[in-house]
Amino acid sequence: MDINSVPQDDSSTYANNKKAIYARDEDGSVKVVGSSGWSVEETVTKQALRDLEERAALAYAEVKRGLKSPLYHHMYSIRMDLQVLADSTGFFKWTISKDFKPEVFAKISEKRLAVYAEAMGKTSEELKVLEEKNHERD
Amino acid sequence: MNATNFEHKHSAHCESGVMSSMLRHHGLNLSEPMVFGLASALTFAYLPFIKMGGMPLVAYRSMPKSIIKNIQKNLNVTMKLETFSSKEKGEARLDELLSQGKIVGAQSSVYWLPYFPEEMRFHFNAHNLLVIGQDGDNYKISDPVFEFTQVCDKASLSKARFVKGVMAPKGLLYYPTFVPTEVDLKPIVVTSVKKVAKSMLNTPVPIAGLKGIKYLAKSIRKLGSKDKRYAKLFLGHIVRMQEEIGTGGAGFRYLYASFLQESSLLFDGDEILGEASRMLLKVGDEFREFALMIAKAIKSKNEIDFEAIAKKLDSIADEEKEVYVKLLEFRAKN
Repeated sequence: MDINSVPQDDSSTYANNKKAIYARDEDGSVKVVGSSGWSVEETVTKQALRDLEERAALAYAEVKRGLKSPLYHHMYSIRMDLQVLADSTGFFKWTISKDFKPEVFAKISEKRLAVYAEAMGKTSEELKVLEEKNHERD
Repeated sequence: MNATNFEHKHSAHCESGVMSSMLRHHGLNLSEPMVFGLASALTFAYLPFIKMGGMPLVAYRSMPKSIIKNIQKNLNVTMKLETFSSKEKGEARLDELLSQGKIVGAQSSVYWLPYFPEEMRFHFNAHNLLVIGQDGDNYKISDPVFEFTQVCDKASLSKARFVKGVMAPKGLLYYPTFVPTEVDLKPIVVTSVKKVAKSMLNTPVPIAGLKGIKYLAKSIRKLGSKDKRYAKLFLGHIVRMQEEIGTGGAGFRYLYASFLQESSLLFDGDEILGEASRMLLKVGDEFREFALMIAKAIKSKNEIDFEAIAKKLDSIADEEKEVYVKLLEFRAKN
């Protein structure tokens, strides 16, 4: 790619940062140029974010209706899924799935809750409640 | 305390960027592309059985930590790598090293680093950065994929260093204990170039090298029979692995092309390396066209032409093959 073709699309996903791209200058030598974004990359990054947000929004609705415990929504709201949460806590997936049941989660031990809290970067108290949130943009 | 005379440089890839800056700080001035090339870091692997965020792993470069290890081996650098059984020990050790005026490499998650753009924070655990100083509860960070140095609070950096799961960093810290100031790069260029060319051309397994690219193309052809939402997410995932910070496939083709150009100059303007560099720049452009095709397909309401996308990827594999065939012609002249 030539230096002049390095995209400068001011992508919101870069949040005013620049990415280093190696490109060819007029003399044919390859050097680093800062790119402010590329619409193509922005499209796929936002597609992935939207997918995560949709999952979080669905989870939110289920918790609200009392079908799932708040933990279920917290997992998606921090861009995790069952696999990542299992990896991060060291818990088996099936035991985590049980904690998604409101009646099981209500009786969770402080010790187990603390492991979730540590892995998810929240306090135990925060994990127990569903945050009031608008799922337009998470 | 801050390390004196440290110079931050903007890089295309975290691990090669960290190693380049670290070596330069210790008196061995090697560019990022040189480090990337001498570590034979260019590759391709498609591992459908390893899932990240529900999607198969697509890698455009070697395994995490392989640049650190290959540089150590190929350049006779001695590195110290330390992991920790607890957060407290890991924090204390970092502070201790910084108080000695050292710059320290660290592996971290991307998600828990507050200075990353909010929309780029995903659960990826094999990011690399340099800690170059400390001011109370804040660290000064030289993160090579950022244009400028960053600040990160202690709690966040610890969280990012001690996440568990796939490629967990276990608080990994690394720094050199011996760096030669003079290295004859030529023989290392010769062996590392051959190594990349051979492994891309002749992997014994169908999931790596050029065969891996063809295998990925085959998987794209099969998407027609899959759920449409999944198909689009999978295509988007391929491009994200190719373009997003720290993983970029097209970016790595450009990076390696830059290494080949620098190597060509090292061998008094060697024509084969020069030509291979130009060819690989072109391959990088083709990867970007491939990404563009996918972005259009994702946005479009019409049926996706999976065959056309797969064909494009097949042709990239064929074109990239020519680069490695060319590289095998290279002979060191003295």
